[in-house]
Amino acid sequence: MKTSFFRPLAAVFAAVSFMASSAALADVDLSKSKVSAISKQMNVPTEGVFKKFAAQIKFDPANAAQGSAQMSIDIASFDLGDKMYNDQVAGKDWFDAKTYPQASFVSSAIAPAGGNKYNVTGKLTIKGKTETVTVPVTYAQSGATQTFDGVLPIKRSVFNVGTGEWKDTSVVADDVQIKFHIVATK
Amino acid sequence: MASNSMPAAPAGYTRTAVALHWLIALLIICAFALGWVMTDIPGFTPTKLKYFSWHKWIGVTVFALAIVRVLWRATHVPPPLPADTPLAQRIGAHGVHVLLYLLMLAIPVTGYLYSSASNIPVVYLGIVPLPTLIDPDPVLKATFKTLHVTLNYVLLSLVVLHVLAVLKHQVLDRDSVLSRMLPFTK
Repeated sequence: MKTSFFRPLAAVFAAVSFMASSAALADVDLSKSKVSAISKQMNVPTEGVFKKFAAQIKFDPANAAQGSAQMSIDIASFDLGDKMYNDQVAGKDWFDAKTYPQASFVSSAIAPAGGNKYNVTGKLTIKGKTETVTVPVTYAQSGATQTFDGVLPIKRSVFNVGTGEWKDTSVVADDVQIKFHIVATK
Repeated sequence: MASNSMPAAPAGYTRTAVALHWLIALLIICAFALGWVMTDIPGFTPTKLKYFSWHKWIGVTVFALAIVRVLWRATHVPPPLPADTPLAQRIGAHGVHVLLYLLMLAIPVTGYLYSSASNIPVVYLGIVPLPTLIDPDPVLKATFKTLHVTLNYVLLSLVVLHVLAVLKHQVLDRDSVLSRMLPFTK
């Protein structure tokens, strides 16, 4: 699929042009930010962390609709805390990180959802499959620091994550939560 | 020590003690076999994840039953050894029993902490999430793994010794030691 290859590239170009043109683009502090995926195996919540990702966020609560968010995640950086498991999860049955090295999210609309909550709609691409999702985000600001928190529930089967013997969802559940905590400075 | 107010030492263990002995023995054999098999499965497979969960559920059960058993033992007079048992054998028998009690408690605990240190909580029977007692820690993970495995080999050796002692009483001494612990003989 063409989009799977061009989408991350497009995201990078978009980011570069933003940086050149917009002073409002927040500087994401990757050391304080975290993106993880929580799956359930035999009902046991298991969290894996994406150690490498890049995010470009432009957000002003006074003008939420004009904001934008893009993220690209290095799939091979997924860490379950055990090298053997990490290697396996990067393999064909799961993320197939060689063929699909990046997952991405590109926002298309941001709508206030009351208080400090916003619904961010956009395209989520994992393993070459793109779905439109709406991410509930909680926003907080203190001084120049902006934080964005949220949990996006997805179904791994939609993105073909977990094929072969793993298609059966009785051991590893279909429901997966993508959890993020993004810290940025204006 | 049996005081005057306590009834005379019985000829056999109580039904409760006998039931706990055999139930725990059976569970330990299952958990040991599962542990042996599951750690030999490379990578992870649905079967392996199931075995891990079953192994942990059994371990938690053994721990709970072992606590009941220790309390029961502390509050009930066990049947005496045959009167002509030499002192060294008395010390040996009691020593092995005390160590077996300790391992029934220590092995589940080290396994549980190994799981906690690996950032994998235990969900009992897939229903009841149990608290994680320690934070994820790669050093402690390795320590508790070694401890858990080593204590299991100690347990295996002691169980072999325990069974050999039973055989000695049954075959060489032809005394009533085994019948004290057999169910259905009363």
